[in-house]
Amino acid sequence: MIQAHDSVIVRTLGRIVIPVAQLFGIYVLVFGQHGPGGGFVGGVILAASMILAILIFGRDAPDSWLVPKVLHGDGLGLLIFVGVGGLCLIGGGQFLNYSHLEIPGLDDASRHYVGILMTQFGVAADVAVTGVSIAVSLSADDEDEEATHG
Amino acid sequence: MTFELPLLIFLVMTAAGAILVKDLISSVFILGTYSFTLALVWALLGAVDVAFVEAVVGAGLATVFFLLTLFSTLEKDTRLRRSPMPWTAMVGLSIVAILLLYGAADLPAFGDPGSPASTHISPFYLENSVGQTRTPNVVTAILMDYRSLDTLVETIVIFTAGIACALILRKGDS
Repeated sequence: MIQAHDSVIVRTLGRIVIPVAQLFGIYVLVFGQHGPGGGFVGGVILAASMILAILIFGRDAPDSWLVPKVLHGDGLGLLIFVGVGGLCLIGGGQFLNYSHLEIPGLDDASRHYVGILMTQFGVAADVAVTGVSIAVSLSADDEDEEATHG
Repeated sequence: MTFELPLLIFLVMTAAGAILVKDLISSVFILGTYSFTLALVWALLGAVDVAFVEAVVGAGLATVFFLLTLFSTLEKDTRLRRSPMPWTAMVGLSIVAILLLYGAADLPAFGDPGSPASTHISPFYLENSVGQTRTPNVVTAILMDYRSLDTLVETIVIFTAGIACALILRKGDS
């Protein structure tokens, strides 16, 4: 399942669709505070676009240079989320109380805005990496069997 | 309001079809249709964020995961004949359905301002979330600020799912 697809139509269409899907995912992620969407949905859209890249170009293709690097990022999103909470602790407040994010020049509401944005990036990174990781795990079986049989 | 009854009928039809169809790939796609119909229902009821998640996760990501699983396993339901439903299940499920419908009759009407869900803490969020967080989308403000610890634990659940899949399924994968 992880080999590159050999159809020209699929590959050409993938080249067009994947960047658009990734751009839409980032739009949903960043725009989540002003409209429907947010970190979870944006992360899932990013994961779907990267799974599409795996299915079309294969895991090791240079066209999908992002995918092998993404798999090393297990837990990065969780680290961002918990890190924001830890910054609030360092600032002298409760865990994940964004009022205590010590950013100079920002009032209370703006600190909450920044905190929400940063935790959304954390959730998106976690969901995207986990989606790609599960897809790779599910399709890893065939490859191993072929390696042992061949 | 005229769209609700056809959508509900279509929802029940797709749910039944996903269970009854023999070919499992067809079943997966019918399940995707079910999720998309459910997303339309959420959008009609005004829950746009839930509709977005349902469309993206239910109709998109879950379908891909089911298909990837089917490529590694059998694509057909190999049971030749389903055993008929025992009469106890028929009677018991009917009684449960009647009880649920009886209980649903006491639920508050849709959008009732006097219902417990609209009077407890929701007005506080609606009145104060923009001033306190500068976030016009109340759902995001609640999820990421007022209830951010719950969201953190949900993120940990997703992370654990990925780790568990990698531990179980990957064999000697770099």
